[in-house]
Amino acid sequence: MILSLISLAALMLGGVLVVLTKGAPVWSARAGVASAVAGCVCGCIAGFQALVGGRTESLEIPWSVPGGALHLALDPLSAVFLIPITGLGALCAIYGAAYFQGHRDAKGVALSWFHYNLLVASMIGVVLARNALLFLVAWETMALASFFLVSFEHGKATVRTAGWIYLIACHLGTAFLLALFAILGERAGSLDFAAMAQSGAALPASVSRWAFVLALLGFGTKAGYIPVHVWLPEAHPAAPSHVSALMSGVMIKTGIYGLLRMLACLGAPAPWWGWCLLGTGLVSGILGVLFALAQHDIKRLLAYHSVENIGIITIGLGVGCIGLSYGAQGVAVLGFAGALLHVLNHAVFKGLLFLGAGAVLHGAGTGDIDHLGGLLKRMPVTGVTFLIGSAAICGLPPLNGFVSEFLIYLGAFQGVASSPGVVVAACVAAIAGLALIGGLAAACFTKAFGVIFLGEPRSEHAVHPHPASRGMRVPMLALAAVCVLIGLSAPVVAPGLANAVAGAMNTPPGAARAGLNAAVSPLAWVVGVSAAGLALILVLAALRKRLLAARTVGAAGTWDCGYVRPTARMQYTASSFAQPVLDVFPLARGTRYRQVQPAGVLPAPVSFSTETKDLFRNRFYEPFFKRTAEVLSWFRRAQHGRVQLYVLYLALALIVLLVFGLK
Amino acid sequence: MNVLSLTTLLLPFVCAPALLGIINKTKAFFAGRKGVPVLQAYFELWKLLHKGAVYSRTTTWVFRAGPMIGLACVMLAAALAPFGGVRSAIAFPCDLILFAYLFGVMRFVTVLAALDTGSSFEGMGASREVAFSALAEPALLVGLAAVARLTGSCSLSDMFQGLSLGTYLHAGPVLVLVGGALLIVFLTENARIPVDDPNTHLELTMIHEVMVLDHSGPDFAFILYGAALKLWVLGSLLIHVVAPVRTGHAGLDIAAALCAMAGLGVLVGIIESCMARLRLVRVPRLLMGAVVLSALAFVLLLR
Amino acid sequence: MNTSIDIIMLVLIVTNLLLLGFSQLKSCIRTVACQGIALGVLSLLVNEDGFTVWSVVMSGVVIGLKGVIFPRLLLGALRETNARHEVEPYIGHMASTLAGFAALAASAWLCSRLPAFPGRVTPLVAPVAFFMVFVGLFVIVSRKKAISQILGYLVMENGMYVFGVVILREMPLLVDLAVLLDAFAAVLVMGVAVYHINRAFDHMDVDQLDTLKG
Repeated sequence: MILSLISLAALMLGGVLVVLTKGAPVWSARAGVASAVAGCVCGCIAGFQALVGGRTESLEIPWSVPGGALHLALDPLSAVFLIPITGLGALCAIYGAAYFQGHRDAKGVALSWFHYNLLVASMIGVVLARNALLFLVAWETMALASFFLVSFEHGKATVRTAGWIYLIACHLGTAFLLALFAILGERAGSLDFAAMAQSGAALPASVSRWAFVLALLGFGTKAGYIPVHVWLPEAHPAAPSHVSALMSGVMIKTGIYGLLRMLACLGAPAPWWGWCLLGTGLVSGILGVLFALAQHDIKRLLAYHSVENIGIITIGLGVGCIGLSYGAQGVAVLGFAGALLHVLNHAVFKGLLFLGAGAVLHGAGTGDIDHLGGLLKRMPVTGVTFLIGSAAICGLPPLNGFVSEFLIYLGAFQGVASSPGVVVAACVAAIAGLALIGGLAAACFTKAFGVIFLGEPRSEHAVHPHPASRGMRVPMLALAAVCVLIGLSAPVVAPGLANAVAGAMNTPPGAARAGLNAAVSPLAWVVGVSAAGLALILVLAALRKRLLAARTVGAAGTWDCGYVRPTARMQYTASSFAQPVLDVFPLARGTRYRQVQPAGVLPAPVSFSTETKDLFRNRFYEPFFKRTAEVLSWFRRAQHGRVQLYVLYLALALIVLLVFGLK
Repeated sequence: MNVLSLTTLLLPFVCAPALLGIINKTKAFFAGRKGVPVLQAYFELWKLLHKGAVYSRTTTWVFRAGPMIGLACVMLAAALAPFGGVRSAIAFPCDLILFAYLFGVMRFVTVLAALDTGSSFEGMGASREVAFSALAEPALLVGLAAVARLTGSCSLSDMFQGLSLGTYLHAGPVLVLVGGALLIVFLTENARIPVDDPNTHLELTMIHEVMVLDHSGPDFAFILYGAALKLWVLGSLLIHVVAPVRTGHAGLDIAAALCAMAGLGVLVGIIESCMARLRLVRVPRLLMGAVVLSALAFVLLLR
Repeated sequence: MNTSIDIIMLVLIVTNLLLLGFSQLKSCIRTVACQGIALGVLSLLVNEDGFTVWSVVMSGVVIGLKGVIFPRLLLGALRETNARHEVEPYIGHMASTLAGFAALAASAWLCSRLPAFPGRVTPLVAPVAFFMVFVGLFVIVSRKKAISQILGYLVMENGMYVFGVVILREMPLLVDLAVLLDAFAAVLVMGVAVYHINRAFDHMDVDQLDTLKG
């Protein structure tokens, strides 16, 4: 607990220091980065201690705000979220320092470190807070700090729009949370989470039903469930890359954390909650990856992938809840464990991918996939780490993404093999959904990696990119190493989650430990097979080397079917690569085609381009808000901007109230 | 690991290329030709292993690593798959997930190696491959899940040991449906007619063949051998579901499974002789059909 | 006996899904013909007395009508009309197949809620009958060509027939004859109608008939 407090203090002090020294922007930025790294390292150590030790430490200080108390606690469930927040927070800070090196707007950069420190501190606050009021304060601080970071380049109109969409979405989400806490607090007689959890068991179904819906909507907006995901693909690309990494990697997970924390306060889950979570997960996962496939901007693509991964996490939670409510304990443990591990894993590989995207953006000056190509030769470190991240996010063995998906699969197959009817139906839905998502994710990341890093440069941008500086390379290498490490140490990592899983399920840790121990042997086999695979690859490589040693090895152009003047523009582009998949799923068809057809004997230059806007934004939110604005514009008649009139309104209102009171 | 497991472990590595020979012989028979020898694939592998290689100047190490990683993956998958009801060399709970994902890794590296050449033809093949396999994967896993439900275990070896011809008496329809789904997956994943034509010479219509256009020498030998192994391994899943012969004597079971494999080769040959490939836009419908068949098998089990 | 009935039910399910997935009218007609033959075999199988003369004649009539004559008629009508032989659905083939699967799940759920039928042979029969009616309706609603509508009608009728054969075994003959006659008249009338629509307008898209109003 002490360490996590030190961490909070370091971050806040660093923030204050940044503001105080803003006259010397370079030093101010250094102070910001240093305090962020120091605070994060302390927090990370505290998280590991809590997760491994399995103890809950808490601290309660009275607060003069009515209903509020400075009640902080660190238990294993919080620790699962604290570790990625602080770990990624430190690495992104190091990366950001290098990313901003030589930026024109030195003062803006310095100030952004204040917001960065505030963002990390508020995220830590969210996972530590045990009082609803304190939680909401941290939650809103997080939203505001990230809003300022998103609008870092506020000179651009698109960035400003993205910022506003994000701010509005955040506040709508918070409105649901306010209602939720009001309902639960009223029942419990206190805004303390512990009191809420105590009264949760006795909640009547009519109350817990609505509380669940409110929690799903409120936290789901932050997590980015479809259809409340619209802010995500706008805000993440607008922010500087290390901030996108932090937001996409860990900030949206606070939504998952909140959902889990509140589930523990609502008593035993009703069966339909699990179905609801599973359905939400499947829809978010499948549509998320389909939308991602249709994108040509690398950061937008990654943002939609966060929606997909949140979907996978929620599929795990759904399987877990269904297992819990039908009494299939083993299924439940594996479902929750898979979801929690995926929270951690997604932070690692999505952080890595966003940092890689930032390096590409920084180096080549464009994030448009169709203008890139051949970067693996020019930016080898970025390329290799991006490849590792891509393989991990596709859930390929032996990397970390596979481990968490494997746990969910393990739970689902356990349910399939030995459970009564209803659980089986849920498990099969989860299996089919995960398999489909996996296949589509592979399509998406072969597209992203293949088109950006392989082949020949498609435009001038990609011919001479600046290579990433060392400060940018080190965090990427570290994250790539973590991807491999978690994958290869899976049999140790999985049982380590037992305490957190027990916390999420609101059960004593014994059952969780037993359930996870059952997964150790398959995981050990997986690691063994992976090791055998690596050995096999080495053997094959040696064989190939030996065979080629005595032969001629030539170099030539790529086979071009006899066409004599191939150009780089002829390569398959991202849009053409994704087209067959998107044709299969007409749901995602919102693609607009713009083309200029060749005409005449000597055709003028022709062009073809596609653009896929968000289906929900186009078809639902924009018409909805437009109509709302039309309706509400009626009130504008009362608003003329003249002070005299406003004074008149005030006076009238007072008189009416007076009359009303006297009556 | 006993002698039997070792035998069944080695069988695919030795026999897989012969299966290609059987298919080609059947096709030649239907076309009224004499056809290439059954062992032609071995000769080709031998020839390729002793050739030099030519690499495109566009390519990087990804292109060179692709065939090796792909072959390693399919070799591991072969070690995971049981044969003739004998436990495989590697068997653990839920090994079928690793089995399916090893093919995923193989596809991932093959597609990246294809994109590494910068050729639009190879990009075209790669894009089709990922589109079709995204649908084949749910069909495979749901079909296997149906078998897992039927036998109450989720390790490939236990699942297939739990099946026998007697299973047809109480769950015949399930086996037939899963068999149908797995047949479609088998044909898709191995790039056979009606999804892809291994004999076509037009780059525009190829899927798998066009992705490996630029590979040569030992790399291409790895790819060919990997493809033969994949054909064998996925075929062995199929024959386990459709023809689970269990006599109680392991030698007889293995012999029966070998006969069934040969029969599968003949069946593929017949399909390729009697059918044309589907139009590309129809392939997803076929795969959707496979998913629905697997799901139907499951519905029958739930009742 | 139950396994063989189950296999027939499976054939019915698969033919229905194929009907939803096929894009060529010719393949659709053939699929429905297969369904007719399966129904003929079914009526033979459910007979408790074994193979009596009546049952064999009855199933022969069913196979002849549903498996041979109707398809012949429809294929003839298709040949006469020189229109494109594509189904032209309002709802895509993939989505239709998925909808078919959903209909199957829905009918299974529906039948689990209904009281048990007295003469039910296997648990699969009632859901399949419902499923066929749903698919028939779906085909009628979601396809443009008049021939598809006839096919949809036939499939619905097949569904009724499954009900009749399996559940009302006491008086099968009467029901069968009535149903068959009904279907025969309907197919004849619609076949002629298709022929005339085509003759008059050079196509057989039902959705373009609304230009006639007013």
